[in-house]
Amino acid sequence: MRFLATIGAAILGMLAAIGRVALFAADTISHILRPPWYPREFVTQIMQIGYFSLPVVGLTTIFTGGALALQIYAGGARFSAEAVVPQIVAIGMVRELGPVLVGLMIAARVTSSIAAEIATMKVTEQIDALVTLSTNPMKYLTLPRVLAATLVMPVLVAVGDIIGIMGGYLVGVNRLGFNAATYLKNTLDFLEPLDIVSSLSKGAVFGFVAALMGCYFGMRSGRGAQGVGAATKGAVVAASVLILAANFILTELFFAA
Amino acid sequence: MINLIGVHKSFGPKDVLRGVDLSIPKGESMVIIGGSGTGKSVLLKSVLGLIAPDKGEITVEGLDVTRLRQGSSERDAFLAQFGMLFQGGALFDSLHVWENVAFRLLRGSLKRPKEEARAIAIEKLRRVGLTPDVADLFPAELSGGMQKRVGLARAIAAEPQIIFFDEPTTGLDPIMSGVINDLIREIVVEMGATAMTITHDMTSVRAIADKVAMLHGGKIRWTGPVADMDDSGDPYLTQFITGSAEGPIEAVR
Repeated sequence: MRFLATIGAAILGMLAAIGRVALFAADTISHILRPPWYPREFVTQIMQIGYFSLPVVGLTTIFTGGALALQIYAGGARFSAEAVVPQIVAIGMVRELGPVLVGLMIAARVTSSIAAEIATMKVTEQIDALVTLSTNPMKYLTLPRVLAATLVMPVLVAVGDIIGIMGGYLVGVNRLGFNAATYLKNTLDFLEPLDIVSSLSKGAVFGFVAALMGCYFGMRSGRGAQGVGAATKGAVVAASVLILAANFILTELFFAA
Repeated sequence: MINLIGVHKSFGPKDVLRGVDLSIPKGESMVIIGGSGTGKSVLLKSVLGLIAPDKGEITVEGLDVTRLRQGSSERDAFLAQFGMLFQGGALFDSLHVWENVAFRLLRGSLKRPKEEARAIAIEKLRRVGLTPDVADLFPAELSGGMQKRVGLARAIAAEPQIIFFDEPTTGLDPIMSGVINDLIREIVVEMGATAMTITHDMTSVRAIADKVAMLHGGKIRWTGPVADMDDSGDPYLTQFITGSAEGPIEAVR
């Protein structure tokens, strides 16, 4: 009986957590329509989440694109299909690797930073100070971060897709002997509008999830350094898992036959 | 006038407040004393609506605090009459000192032009004994005493009618504690504000208080004018004032 009770408690706990996250998300979204808004905070977050993430996005995707080209070439050679490298790199980067890698890098860089910052603010009573200064923390902290991440992530994913394809191109042309013009033509001919729409849509969803998890865990942080550490860890783990789960669902929605 | 009637608050199995009754008339400086963990901060945060009491009534100028909805304009207006100095200062790390002080004046219903808000912030910094060159520093660049003073400047920036001080001298050396105590007393008298301070620093109590209330066992154990404190005849209060290990308050809690 104790075993069943443990399972039941775990399931109830999980359902309660899902409910809390859903309410937190709904509360965040509802503030889009209700003033006051803090445009300066929003612009700061666009810079923090978007502009300053460009180097990590570029480095991650260029190496992955290059490695992908090498793998497809080696794998394709087994059945004389080396020529498909441009097409598979393009589809692989745009449909899956671009959004997922950028999403996971944002979870590592942005979710952790948001969670640690807000958790520290909570521990040092800065959140209480905001409230006493007639400023709603959901409007001042959460909404600008979640909105900025949702809007800027498609741009980051687009940049990641392009740089990833360029990584494949550089390896394809310089290492594998592809003709430069043919490589680019094959890439562009093979990609369809749905590939790009799905990529950017995934970016928006992953951005929303990454920032929301950072804010949620930060706001619910426990006391002291341990509380901040636990909030940061929980936020990154939850964001990463939810991004991968959302990726599967979105792929199913966009591409299921 | 701040009124608390039968305020209860528990955290899990721990009953922190067990029926607090307290009244603070307008323009009076009330200091609440009590040992660590007796619920002083919980009491103060309950008045601000940061913590919802389980039972009881809290009114400020006749307005029932517990009925104000989070984020409502009524609650914003209610909070606009408060200034609060937090124990650790609670300054916003990402903002310059002057932006911290002028926080309320840069946004919301009290918004002023940036230059005017900055001028007010510098004036308030001067009021708490800080020079204008501090205005463009970040809080992390200041000492603990300076952070407390900036916190004090922020608390008084919007000319509040009620000011709360949460352990204003904790972590400061005796001289800086004296400076902060004098500043609080001067500001409260000068502004005619109602003040509620929580502390266990008896020097602070004597410097700041018109009236004193002692919180013990989740209730107000004693309350009265600061001048009557030493002759109260209450063994709990006497033990607290003298700092004796012997007495009705257990040293191990």
